[in-house]
Amino acid sequence: MDMVSTALFFLFAGFAIMCAISMVYHKNPLYSAISLVGVFIALACIYLTLAAPFIAIVQILVYAGAIMVLVVFVIMLLNLDDEPNTSRLRYLYALGGGLGIVLLAQTLFVVYAVSRTPNTAVDPNATVGNTLDIGRAMYTEYLLPVEIVGVMLLMAIVGSVVLARRLSQPALELVIDNEQERVNEELGLE
Amino acid sequence: MEPNLATYLGLSGILFTIGCVGVVFKRNALGMFMCIELMLNAVNLTFVAFSRYYADVHGQLFVFMVMSVAAAEAAVGLGIFIAFFRNRQSIDVDTASILKN
Repeated sequence: MDMVSTALFFLFAGFAIMCAISMVYHKNPLYSAISLVGVFIALACIYLTLAAPFIAIVQILVYAGAIMVLVVFVIMLLNLDDEPNTSRLRYLYALGGGLGIVLLAQTLFVVYAVSRTPNTAVDPNATVGNTLDIGRAMYTEYLLPVEIVGVMLLMAIVGSVVLARRLSQPALELVIDNEQERVNEELGLE
Repeated sequence: MEPNLATYLGLSGILFTIGCVGVVFKRNALGMFMCIELMLNAVNLTFVAFSRYYADVHGQLFVFMVMSVAAAEAAVGLGIFIAFFRNRQSIDVDTASILKN
């Protein structure tokens, strides 16, 4: 890798970490969401330096596009204000701090252990990241998991519609009555 | 200093730590949700880095699966938040204590 891509990597890595800290720091959920979009875009650029253009584009489309638009839409819909400054249980702060220190120590250990192993050189002609190879693997070797993911997405669509539906009181009672009748019939049959 | 596998893993670990601490510190359900998304992204970065350094396409397929699960999670999770907000007029997780006692 030449100087420019090294500099770009550290630029985007710093940007990602700054945006992540700002996401946790801000009380207003909208500012958090915008910071998170910054993290996603920085990570997409890092994927490009890792020679994975397909994943970079999907990252922008799915995360920065679809998911964050949904989150911002819900923030606007619920008209959320800043978090009130009531104190949370104190042991939770201790727990969070301890968890952070443990995870950071693990990260340092992993970095130390990996940097001690002999460095595997990257093959500059490797084409694992292009769309052709990913598509070929997806529709031959990984056909079943891809189909399962499709079914799972369908279930998520149906589930979110059911969850977000608001039943009027008579309709709700009707549903409960039907369910009660069904249960009674089943019990009567046994 | 050129970025190598250890650098990418370090960046991923830092992002995961920030996300994990955020889940504990945030009181807002949407904030916690966004921190979980950040943790998923940190894991995706390790997958892509390993996929690059071992010249293996399977890591990127896993990233694709993780993204699909994240999209499904977003749809269902936000549906739950809307239903919760309707009942409580708030999205603060500390108010979700009806099952206590």
